[in-house]
Amino acid sequence: MNSPEQPGAVQVQDFPGGIVLPDNKAQSLQQPIRPGGLPPELWLPLQQHLGQPAITVVSEGDRVLKGQLLAAAQGPDSVPVHAPTSGLISAIAQRAVPHPSGMSDWCITLIPDGEDRWRERQPLPAYLELERDQLLARVHASGIAGLGGSGFATGRKLDSTRGHQIHQLILNGVECEPYITADQALMQERAEEILEGLALTAHLIEAKQCLIAIEDNKPAAIQAMQGALARHREDNSQLQRPTEIVVIPTKYPSGGEKQLIQMLTGQELPHGTLPADIGILCHNVATVAAIYRAVVHDEPLLSRIITLTGEALADPGNREALLGTPINYLLQQAGQDQAATRHLIMGGPMMGFELPSSQVPVVKTSNCLIAATVQEMPPAPPAQTCIRCGQCEQVCPMTLLPQQLLWFAQGSEHHKAEQHNLFDCIECGACAYVCPSHIPLVQHYRHSKGVLRKEQAEQASANRARERFEQRQARLEREKAEKEARRQARAEARKARQSETPAATGSPEQAPTSAEIAAPVDTQMLEQRREQAMAKREELLERLSAARDQALASTPQLERALAKHEQRLAALDQKLADARTPAQGQTP
Amino acid sequence: MIDASVLIPLLLAIGALLLLALVFGGLLGYASIRFRVEGNPLVEQVDALLPQTQCGQCGHPGCRPYAQAIVDGEAINKCPPGGERTIAALADLLDVEAPPLDGEHGQEQPQRVAVIREDECIGCTKCIQACPVDAILGAAKQMHTVIESECTGCDLCVEPCPVDCIDMLPIETTVRQWYWDKPASGVLIASDRRGSL
Repeated sequence: MNSPEQPGAVQVQDFPGGIVLPDNKAQSLQQPIRPGGLPPELWLPLQQHLGQPAITVVSEGDRVLKGQLLAAAQGPDSVPVHAPTSGLISAIAQRAVPHPSGMSDWCITLIPDGEDRWRERQPLPAYLELERDQLLARVHASGIAGLGGSGFATGRKLDSTRGHQIHQLILNGVECEPYITADQALMQERAEEILEGLALTAHLIEAKQCLIAIEDNKPAAIQAMQGALARHREDNSQLQRPTEIVVIPTKYPSGGEKQLIQMLTGQELPHGTLPADIGILCHNVATVAAIYRAVVHDEPLLSRIITLTGEALADPGNREALLGTPINYLLQQAGQDQAATRHLIMGGPMMGFELPSSQVPVVKTSNCLIAATVQEMPPAPPAQTCIRCGQCEQVCPMTLLPQQLLWFAQGSEHHKAEQHNLFDCIECGACAYVCPSHIPLVQHYRHSKGVLRKEQAEQASANRARERFEQRQARLEREKAEKEARRQARAEARKARQSETPAATGSPEQAPTSAEIAAPVDTQMLEQRREQAMAKREELLERLSAARDQALASTPQLERALAKHEQRLAALDQKLADARTPAQGQTP
Repeated sequence: MIDASVLIPLLLAIGALLLLALVFGGLLGYASIRFRVEGNPLVEQVDALLPQTQCGQCGHPGCRPYAQAIVDGEAINKCPPGGERTIAALADLLDVEAPPLDGEHGQEQPQRVAVIREDECIGCTKCIQACPVDAILGAAKQMHTVIESECTGCDLCVEPCPVDCIDMLPIETTVRQWYWDKPASGVLIASDRRGSL
């Protein structure tokens, strides 16, 4: 058993590259976490995660309770959406969502009634007795997506451990990006909740060891977590696995999953594999706290902690905002100086994106909102030509060749960039940060990735179209062949009959009964007539549809003609059936 | 008369070479039968580059027949849905000059999808028979609808519709397909502020 008094059980290693950034975290840590308030409207996008959007299960005008399911997950990568408070569904429509494109997407608008009335809940304190699949189902249904910023469906991530022995469950409390303090505040104030979540998650995936990684620039968080861990040990709680708090040096981007794994275990995650494949699972501290609340208290993910910071805010700090809270409502509360706000950035300054408008909601992945002044984030100087200094290569945490990738991206040779492992790029922005020519390297990579993804999607749909086309061709061929075979069989039967009939007159002892002769002839003829009638019906239908379309006076006549024809067809069918039954009855 | 000491090594060398030639000839002959490639693999490669719209604008009943025709020497610029990109890829594969798109077969345009105005549909099944990829769902006298994800935008269903209730609509980019634009290329002289003055 490890304990905090035994440091060094985990040898912290370094990852290549990385940069040290001014952290700018103190501004938002002056105050404890405050509630984000109840805005007049909540806008809930159907997609707040990676993967397929959820499907609405409520309609406009419905009254909903807090925690009620509004949109159900569509497949394992999808995540459901719940009502953050009780109220009225006023609209289900397209509206602006927090996305770098500034585009609209489907959102549910909820007008809170202020009562905050819960749906019926089924708390589950004795989760240790539950099966893994039951717990997983509960996590799936609770709408949790990675709260660190990736938005990957948490249930899916936990499920990825199926069939793998997990040696280490890593809790990511690193939060390496400047300005963001949401996880730090959570660790300082709700360490117990995080440890409960850790215990639950470790139980669920049967992890052998738990590691909690925190950067050394967060002493208060480290202390709070260590205190909580010591209390847990004394209480002989449900955290039955060896657990250790690992303090790692401050270096961006140590919070990246691959980088963190490399720091704690020395293992490099091979290209195209998941951490579960090498027996590791990483979760953000806020995510496991949400898992705890979802499983034990039956509270789906309804709110999240978001850091409001930047020099344009008079009162920065962390708020626990309901999902769907409009950004401008939060900014107003934080005393935003609208005139001084030059940039409005969602996420951190390195990996976040500029919001085209403040009329967008808080979503599950919104960890930070920076309202920056010009002095704080001056406009980027114009990009100049690459001088091949090689600094980008020095800082790349994935040991890629940023300069080489830039040439390919600039020259639209995206496939060559792909061969140089473009898709291993984590878009941390370290290369662009150090570039003395101010080249927006990451933007180039993002564009290249976008082009390649689009091409892949097109190729996939082309392959599908080819397959469908070939299947259709094969089907048509088959149908044609079958038809031909039937026609030939009929012709042969007729021939056989013709040769039989004269022979029958010649030798009376072999003469078949009249019914035997009559039946085949009858069916033959009837079948032919029926085919003709069908063709005529088609023609009539066509003429009728044309007449209807042009509103011709002949429409009623045609309708009558069709009805008559249908009757005739039915009579023919009846005759055919009658003719067949005796024929079948006589032939053994 | 050639000396035997010269003749023997000479004959030995010739004999050895002859033996080797026979062995390798036999091996190659066997391999050419044993590992024979069925069909022309080039057709497959060309077919893989075509957009699989199956629209027939090139004058062939589908992409594969056109791929076969290209291998047989037909021009590579008859595919409007593929456009310049397909022509460039084909030229690259076949190592020929990339000609501009042959306007006779149509113009390149953004990908579209067929949409049936469902209340006007009379259920005649004509579009279903025309669709090369079975992307239209319906039955006689029942309303038809297009499976959007499978529609290649080939236009072939528009013509047979007796009531003209099929529209070809451009596919709109949503949040899920959007991707970052290419950053503007850098200026050579950083102090050049012509735009901002």
